[in-house]
Amino acid sequence: MKYLSEYRDAEIAKALIARIKARATRPWTLMEVCGGQTHTIVRQGLDEMLEGAVEMIHGPGCPVCVTPLEQIDKALAIAARPEVIFTSFGDMLRVPGSDCDLQQVRARGGNVKIVYSPLDALALAQRHPEKEVVFFAVGFETTAPANAMAVFRARELGVTNFSVLVSHVTVPPAIRAIMEAPDNRVQGFLAAGHVCAVMGYTEYEPIAAQYKVPIVVTGFEPVDILEGMAMAVNQLEAGRHEVENQYVRSVRRLGTEPARALVAKVFELADRPWRGLGEIKMSGLALRAEFAAYDAETKFGVSDIKVTEPAACRAGEVLTGRLKPPQCEAFGTLCTPERPLGAPMVSTEGACSAYYNIAKYRTADADAVVSAPARPS
Amino acid sequence: MTSPGNPVALQCPVPLEANDRVQLGHGSGGRLSAQLVARHFLPHFENPALAQLGDASIVNVTGGEIAISTDSFVVQPLEFPGGNIGSLAVHGTLNDVAMMGARAVCLTAGFIIEEGLSLDVLDRVIVEMARAAREAGVPIVAGDTKVVERGKADGLYINTTGVGVIDPTFRPSPTRAVPGDVILVSGAIGRHGMAIMAAREGMSFESAITSDSAALFPLVDNLRATGVDVHVLRDPTRGGVASALNEIAVASLVGIEIDEGALPVPGDVRAACEMLGLDPLYVANEGVLVAFVPASGAEQALSALRAHPLGEGAVRIGAVVAAHPRLVALRTALGGTRVVDLLPGDQLPRIC
Repeated sequence: MKYLSEYRDAEIAKALIARIKARATRPWTLMEVCGGQTHTIVRQGLDEMLEGAVEMIHGPGCPVCVTPLEQIDKALAIAARPEVIFTSFGDMLRVPGSDCDLQQVRARGGNVKIVYSPLDALALAQRHPEKEVVFFAVGFETTAPANAMAVFRARELGVTNFSVLVSHVTVPPAIRAIMEAPDNRVQGFLAAGHVCAVMGYTEYEPIAAQYKVPIVVTGFEPVDILEGMAMAVNQLEAGRHEVENQYVRSVRRLGTEPARALVAKVFELADRPWRGLGEIKMSGLALRAEFAAYDAETKFGVSDIKVTEPAACRAGEVLTGRLKPPQCEAFGTLCTPERPLGAPMVSTEGACSAYYNIAKYRTADADAVVSAPARPS
Repeated sequence: MTSPGNPVALQCPVPLEANDRVQLGHGSGGRLSAQLVARHFLPHFENPALAQLGDASIVNVTGGEIAISTDSFVVQPLEFPGGNIGSLAVHGTLNDVAMMGARAVCLTAGFIIEEGLSLDVLDRVIVEMARAAREAGVPIVAGDTKVVERGKADGLYINTTGVGVIDPTFRPSPTRAVPGDVILVSGAIGRHGMAIMAAREGMSFESAITSDSAALFPLVDNLRATGVDVHVLRDPTRGGVASALNEIAVASLVGIEIDEGALPVPGDVRAACEMLGLDPLYVANEGVLVAFVPASGAEQALSALRAHPLGEGAVRIGAVVAAHPRLVALRTALGGTRVVDLLPGDQLPRIC
């Protein structure tokens, strides 16, 4: 596959790893913002290969991980209603709310469907005029244009049995929040390539300047990520702090104008709580007043659902790099991938779940030293 | 009652054979039931044991141990590129029997049909089912049909049971993997699951991904003929290769290491998985087997698999190790390592 296989080339990747290790005069701490990048790093074992040169902190860029408990509980309340078909991207189904998740709502009789696009949810609403179809609009600036498009199209088509439960967040305020944290350890960022493909990267320029932190717009394949790391390490070693674009094949400085315009037409900036991080001012998107008819929160009267996060879950500290998952008291005991307490244990690329697997591997290895020779063939 | 062959005899106004759909009456045990069996099932499943239409069929089995496996099939859509629920119900159960190293001798089939199912669809399912059984040389010797009210089932469910005769000299088992074993797969992985997913979601690719659904006994027979002591055989269906390897690692108390670069994932399956955020290692197969063989017999086993068209794409994907018992580790193309764990539940498509 053109533009894909080249970015998975093992030889190029190995050369980049060697280059990063040679360039780094000390270990640098970088954060990849996006869950998709975390996925590649964990799946390819990149962090293990860079030990000593680069420490990666898995950032708050996984929509599954940062959607607040409160929004999940609202989703559960709406999905349980008999007249509702509740639609969502797949991995939101396992995110635990206060007392269950969407899969359990489905088992109890709720109509919950996985869709791959919000426009599929809109089409479902057109096919089922007797039902209320609700789409769980989560994600960063990446999913925002398609979600905006669904709402915009619904109004154009006069579809009234469609609404969205919005839990959109945006990246730049999260980066600021991380840099403002008193015990912040992050020295450089890999910004999410697809977010910047939509929004461009002008928003990041003042952040890099203000906090003196390198930000590299980075893609998602192993070679992309290693190249992004190499660029960030180069800046750090040279004492520079700029916004650089590794993902030039997709990202332009100003992003994609029609997508940005559509997002701005349907959504406006709003304060949003983040799971584990708390409320961040103007860090999310909400429907504009003229699209209020498509707001599931008001349609189903769930706006007053207020929830506090479980105290035992320290996801916030994990997501900001202040705590390594194994240092959390609940890790592997109260909180496992089968019974996740917080979102980073839910998604396979969540920081806690990634550490859980590695820990299992290393523990098993230690066991093996004792037990292996005992086994007869 | 009168015979249907006599046009002048008096007849109660019983419903005529209903047009083109299965009705509740087809499950009543009355004339419609008899018609359904006689017109739709028997012509295709014909064999001496079934033809007697007794309450049970009598089958000759030579002395020794037998292997029995039962499986229910609820796949949606009922028809998909590369097969339908009928052929799948035959292959699935025959393969479970074959993975014990047993030669299947007969099958039974139970049908739970939802009122309103198109008879055309039912016929196509039966034809494919009969073809699959015939090609495998295994008769369907007993069957049952039930019709349930609309809404009480999803079109059609099929349960099949297979009986096979064990060869005492050939005893693969999930508990027999030992460090040093080489792990082989017989062909491309992920095709069945992605064919179903694509059909279900109405996704179209340049060319349709077809299910790999097939009876694997010929491959098993080829392996057996080599005389290599095959330690484990598994058909990685639900949960895919990853789940099968995890089960074996636990059952045999060994560690498993596989090489990402060696996994035979076809380009279209890989593309579809990436589009949907799925991992082909966890996607179902219905015509692939995983074999654990001693390193000394690996080349011989590989050639035996490749000698059959179903096994042309057979490759070595990894080995059994003494380290990290109960865990499956994957060596990435870049030289990193990650744990390939069991999934907590269904594989859920990722957002990002």
